[in-house]
Amino acid sequence: MTPFDQVTSLAVPLIRDNVDTDAIIPSREMTSVSKHGLADGLFAGWRYSDAKARVPNPDFVLNQPRLAGASILLGGANFGCGSSREHAAWALAEYGFRVVIAPSFNPIFRANCVRNGIVPVELDPTPIAAEAGAITVDLPSQTVTGASGHWPFAIDAEAKAMLIGGLDEIGLTLQRRDEIAAFRAADAARRPWAY
Amino acid sequence: MPGYAATMMKPRTAFDKMWDAHRIADLGGGTGLVLIDRVLLHERTGGIALKSLADAGRSVHAPDHAFATMDHVVDTLPGRTDRTIMPTGRDFIVATREAAQAAGITLFDLGDPRQGIVHVLSPEQGIVLPGVTLVCPDSHTCSQGALGALAWGIGSSEAEHALATSTLRVKKPKTMRVTIDGRLAPGVTPKDLALHLLGRFGSTGAKGHVVEYAGEAVRALDVEGRLTLCNMATEFSAFSALIAADETVFAYLKGRPYAPSGAAWEAAVADWRDLASDEGAVFDAELCVDAAEVCPMVTWGTSPQQAARLDGAVPGLDTVAGRDTREAYDRALAYMGLESGAPLIGLPIDAAFIGSCTNSRLSDLRRAAALLQGRHVAPGIRAICVPGSSQVKAAAEAEGLDRIFLAAGFEWREAGCSMCFFAGGESFGPQQRVISSTNRNFESRQGPGTRTHLASPETVAASAIAGAIADPRALA
Ligand code: SF4
Repeated sequence: MTPFDQVTSLAVPLIRDNVDTDAIIPSREMTSVSKHGLADGLFAGWRYSDAKARVPNPDFVLNQPRLAGASILLGGANFGCGSSREHAAWALAEYGFRVVIAPSFNPIFRANCVRNGIVPVELDPTPIAAEAGAITVDLPSQTVTGASGHWPFAIDAEAKAMLIGGLDEIGLTLQRRDEIAAFRAADAARRPWAY
Repeated sequence: MPGYAATMMKPRTAFDKMWDAHRIADLGGGTGLVLIDRVLLHERTGGIALKSLADAGRSVHAPDHAFATMDHVVDTLPGRTDRTIMPTGRDFIVATREAAQAAGITLFDLGDPRQGIVHVLSPEQGIVLPGVTLVCPDSHTCSQGALGALAWGIGSSEAEHALATSTLRVKKPKTMRVTIDGRLAPGVTPKDLALHLLGRFGSTGAKGHVVEYAGEAVRALDVEGRLTLCNMATEFSAFSALIAADETVFAYLKGRPYAPSGAAWEAAVADWRDLASDEGAVFDAELCVDAAEVCPMVTWGTSPQQAARLDGAVPGLDTVAGRDTREAYDRALAYMGLESGAPLIGLPIDAAFIGSCTNSRLSDLRRAAALLQGRHVAPGIRAICVPGSSQVKAAAEAEGLDRIFLAAGFEWREAGCSMCFFAGGESFGPQQRVISSTNRNFESRQGPGTRTHLASPETVAASAIAGAIADPRALA
């Protein structure tokens, strides 16, 4: 996973409440047994006027030429609700998004973002959307900065450490192999019915 | 190591007891390394998790405690094979089968009489037990909290983590108790209760909390009704849901294939009795509902919180403001082809669907069949019934329910998720109005442009007969 430090980019305003993971990556776009090849299907239901033929819908914000290559997404409340599919985070990451700023996130989606190098920033996106130019999201100092404002945000220490270090959680946990084995052995004696 | 029993410690919630019993280490910042007792997988996401694990040179730590099924991608038409209507579905099926074999985990494959929707078969087989931690890369895993377990949905990377280490790194969630006092009126179902809670408290009403459903109305539910109620906790933005295990659960589990037996059963039940929340345990949040206020419900919009009394009308923006913005409200009405103030009963439908992990168990099918007996669906209505598991299907057929559904003009399918969600296979079609016993009415959930109204199986059956949204109480 790419370690995250700071990102400066225009922000794509998709400020709708309850954007669900089906909207982020529709089921029909998840056609291979793989984490890759999903960027094209990102927001397919909205992004294309004909999803099969990939005819872009000019009214959808992602299709504005000036926002091509932007890596910050602004969303509405309860962003990423619905199905727990990690494909939503994979698709956003593969498309190039490194940050999603929304007033609130679905908890599973937020965790999936962190695992895939996307910073979930819990902030009201309205003032940020008023920025004409690029904004900077700085994770070590937990701030979003634009020409007209400066917005501090909160994030879990664990999530922050993982994002900054680009860490693989499994490797981290496997370092505790012996502790886990000892716990399981004691637990099996306590709750034999669970084993 | 604290056990479950209330000792000299301060009173604990059922969740606290399970958390304490599973916490291996404190990782700081409120995050714990938590022991995971059971991992469930399905072919839509399980194959990917097992494959990436193997690709990274890692193995499944406790293969005896991991299970996989085929439910999301497989067809539900009679005579199904690995080939699916979804163009690349076969790849998911084959990849999951191969990966499950290589990992040495039990697979409930096509043709296995135990196959079914993961959240239906797990209680049925006694895989989920009170007091276990159970995870599955599927957001409706919270259903299984109905058995008194701590069960929650995770992402694929977390599934890999759970498989590789028998643990997860979890930020300790907050707790919420939702107490339903009194008794549900006759004709009011657990599905109506779930929709009532969403309509009243909104789709973020339980955000990030472990919800414990309590109170007389909840105690009175059988296990299948409890599964329906807990199922929709993910629509409530809960981390998970649970109902403290009681005699109803013990009686349900006794003799199930993966449940303990003999002396182990007695020991287990003794442990499970201590799992309930202690008197005086403090929850981070509390909601209270009078069961008498709950009536049959149906959704009118594209979020499960957009639910109204079945005998009511599409609410005006003034009543839903504060929850839905004007934009969200207008967008939902435009998508659904509805106008503010339109009565819900009598709204013509194109299709009716009974199925999904919410409402596809034997009791659901029995109640729907009781209304369908001797009746027929209205002309032009496409009506489909998909049992939640092969075991439900066999049990329903043994008592003749299939013949009632077929005689009434319903399709009778093989077990699976089917048209609960559209994965590129079958769908209902654009602008088709569907009354559905499922859990999500998101845009295009059941097919591009499809308009979904969520309701109980009874309401679905009554509406199929009427050809329009109808009140099942008028038929009973
Ligand atoms: S039945 Fe529907 S909600 Fe349940 S697991 Fe299957 S796709 Fe998900």
